[in-house]
Amino acid sequence: MKQSRRNFIKKAATAATGILATGILSPFNAVIFATEKPTDPTKVWWGYGIDIEKCIGCGRCADACKSENNVPREPFYFRNWVEQYTIKNNGEVKVESPNGGINGFVQTVPEEDIFKSFFVPKMCNHCHKSPCVQVCPVGATYDSPDGVVLVDETYCIGCRYCVQACPYGCRYIHPEKNVVDKCTLCYHRISKGKTTACTEVCPTNARILGDLNDKEGALVQFMKEHNCLILKPHLNTGNKLYYNGLNQEVR
Amino acid sequence: MPPQLKTLIPLFAVFITLFLVARYFLVPDSFGEQGHYRFNSVAENKERVLNYAGKEACAECHDDKAEELGSDVHANLSCETCHGPGLAHYDNPEASNINIPRERTHCGLCHSFNSTRKELIAQIDLTDHNVENKCIECHNPHMPWEIKE
Repeated sequence: MKQSRRNFIKKAATAATGILATGILSPFNAVIFATEKPTDPTKVWWGYGIDIEKCIGCGRCADACKSENNVPREPFYFRNWVEQYTIKNNGEVKVESPNGGINGFVQTVPEEDIFKSFFVPKMCNHCHKSPCVQVCPVGATYDSPDGVVLVDETYCIGCRYCVQACPYGCRYIHPEKNVVDKCTLCYHRISKGKTTACTEVCPTNARILGDLNDKEGALVQFMKEHNCLILKPHLNTGNKLYYNGLNQEVR
Repeated sequence: MPPQLKTLIPLFAVFITLFLVARYFLVPDSFGEQGHYRFNSVAENKERVLNYAGKEACAECHDDKAEELGSDVHANLSCETCHGPGLAHYDNPEASNINIPRERTHCGLCHSFNSTRKELIAQIDLTDHNVENKCIECHNPHMPWEIKE
């Protein structure tokens, strides 16, 4: 081939410039837009904050969620739940969530053996690049324009792919409807200007619902005042559930 | 034109037409409007029934209780934190349909001793503190920091 070395250098230089340009055009996003930015910054883009330092483990959020969204009362079905983490002096980590915390928690580890213990409320992370949305074969689960991951109950075929795909364990199959069910961020409430049921009942204001595009809003203020982290950031799912006081042991 | 195409082209045309007709009837309304999903589902998710009324709704009638509750450390509590979903009661106050928890275990959800939350909230040992009585026999449930006569 004629002038093969010159051609090679030209092509390599073009490719390198291209890669560099893409890097400059889409720089790394700070935690506020964990891995992705909103499609339209002028509209609402829902996110959620949980302050672990305030959570007292009363489980009212998990209970209210079941009442608001008619989730089956059996202890295997949860849209949100609370876990009690206990790190012992010998390094063992004990995670308990009896009935999702609805009936309260008892610390079974003797106090002198505890290095650290805390409550972690869990729920859907409303990821912008959700694995659950990606695996749905029929388009029955999707990221709504305002950033809430929702389920189309009439279209879901109950194949359970999304239940397996969710890295946070936030989905279950509804035993009567035989379709998948998950936290909708109380979409029927927040779209009417009300807050979610779990936020409404939280006695210590450990739960914050907010619009990530509203720079004066409660959630952005919460994130300004605290060092927030997301769960499993290495999975790059674009979580929009931010924790203050998240310990590395939390999975 | 090769003779094979003369038979194949009409056959393909039939298949493509059949596919387009089937697709027209099988793809639901509004599918693909905003993405690979049925956009009408967003509106359906908005239409679900509400069960929780919110604190302001309770205070419309029970302003005395709301004021008592708001007078100290329980000010952040919502009425529905203890009383459960109240929208049905708000819409039809005649029906006695609000939950009134009276058991010790209910107060214990927050206030029973658990070393995990010992620095966050006032706690008592349920197995030791005045075991014979219910909490509300001594404490005013809406102002539990006040002891009844």
